[in-house]
Amino acid sequence: MVIGVLALQGDFEEHAIVLSRLGAEVREVRAAADLEGLTGLIIPGGESTTITRLLTAYGLLEPLRERIDDGLAVMGTCAGAIVLAQHAAGLDRPGIERMAIRVKRNAFGRQRDSFETDIDIAGIEGGPVHAVFIRAPVIEGVDPPARILASLPDGRVVAARQGNMIALAFHPELTADTRVHAYFLQVASASVAAAPAGLAHHV
Amino acid sequence: MEQGTVLLKRGLAQMLKGGVIMDVVTAEHAKIAEEAGACAVMALERVPSDIRADGGVARMSDPTKILEILEAVTIPVMAKCRIGHFVEAQILESLGVDYVDESEVLTPADESHHIWKHDFKVPFVCGCRDLGEALRRIGEGAAMIRTKGEAGTGNIVEAVRHMRAVKSGISRITVMGSEELMAEAKSLGAPFELVLEINRTGKLPVVNFAAGGVATPADAALMMQLGCDGVFVGSGIFKAEDPAARASAIVQAVTHFKDPDVIARVSTGLGEAMPGIDIRTLAETEQLARRGW
Repeated sequence: MVIGVLALQGDFEEHAIVLSRLGAEVREVRAAADLEGLTGLIIPGGESTTITRLLTAYGLLEPLRERIDDGLAVMGTCAGAIVLAQHAAGLDRPGIERMAIRVKRNAFGRQRDSFETDIDIAGIEGGPVHAVFIRAPVIEGVDPPARILASLPDGRVVAARQGNMIALAFHPELTADTRVHAYFLQVASASVAAAPAGLAHHV
Repeated sequence: MEQGTVLLKRGLAQMLKGGVIMDVVTAEHAKIAEEAGACAVMALERVPSDIRADGGVARMSDPTKILEILEAVTIPVMAKCRIGHFVEAQILESLGVDYVDESEVLTPADESHHIWKHDFKVPFVCGCRDLGEALRRIGEGAAMIRTKGEAGTGNIVEAVRHMRAVKSGISRITVMGSEELMAEAKSLGAPFELVLEINRTGKLPVVNFAAGGVATPADAALMMQLGCDGVFVGSGIFKAEDPAARASAIVQAVTHFKDPDVIARVSTGLGEAMPGIDIRTLAETEQLARRGW
């Protein structure tokens, strides 16, 4: 199973390390040709303005949208969640715009407002996940078919899922706990099993 | 809920990896940098080549300017304070900047002591010329490291020297037996615990960017191929003929640093780079990298 990590800017290396530890074959994605044969794709943390600008500059936006519409499993963390959202307040460039969520960038404030805390995530067994929020967004609105996976105690949504797409406001790649990535790999392998025969060339 | 932790401080630098951080003096500069794809901006009073030309004491930026820059862009904003000037750092923290650069580019406020950075919630980046200097700064609490290079010269030679020194210092430690590590810590003047950690992991515990002399997309890609995590560009952008085009080209060269076709393409038609200086013509007192220890 080959999992891509979008490697335009951000902490793609940290994601690749976790995926390798879980036994996935990892490919850095910098161009449309790198999408060929992927089972899943992670869009890492980084600067959403930089990543969206480069997505457009390298002609990756349309190929990515097409692959996601065909069922490619994708997980976005922090900036990655912003890139996946249909609406991102404060982002003046188009992202992939495929998840029915509305996100607000830098919703908690600047770096001094960054924080770590434990959260429960629907579908992840074994107790709360330690979540690292760095200049993080929040998911202000979750519209069907997207659904909430995790919220903070004050009710603010920080994780959501829509079919094969997962958006997280935090950074599971920065801790030693691999459960979130393992969950994504399950989603990705299930998406392959469920793919119609006509899409087999994609996997 | 925890804040100001080592994980959060180092973590923000991890988010900047594969990116370009650009020196800016004004909010207008900052917008050009953000539009070109900078992953962060660095606020300072004057770009290094102007500091070099003007002389005098270079200090932290005017807070008015920093607030304007914070207001103008949504990417992280860093700002420089003088080496050892912990009150400038306190002011920058109070203003809400995302990272403080305790920088040799400004005139040092203390020639014996760097800031004790663990006391701050805001993370710090510091310059280094070799592994020992990098580890001393990390020991004091730096959450990110950059090479010093020789700022404001448009000459990459010192950045290359410093990056190679850090890399070869790490390589040496990884092949050492346990009994050699204390002697190595002594000779580097580095905290023993950090030497042990590098022996175990084979890498620095924090992100390491290149800085000081990057003037072209090729310079930026060179530093990436030498193994740094990202690039700071100072005078190289706003002292060039076409800052926006050059900034955008350097961003692309950093993303595609292994692809000569892309680097060749983005290097075409950029106009004049900043004027350069041969380091050998600089007196020791004019070499900014010699500030700090």
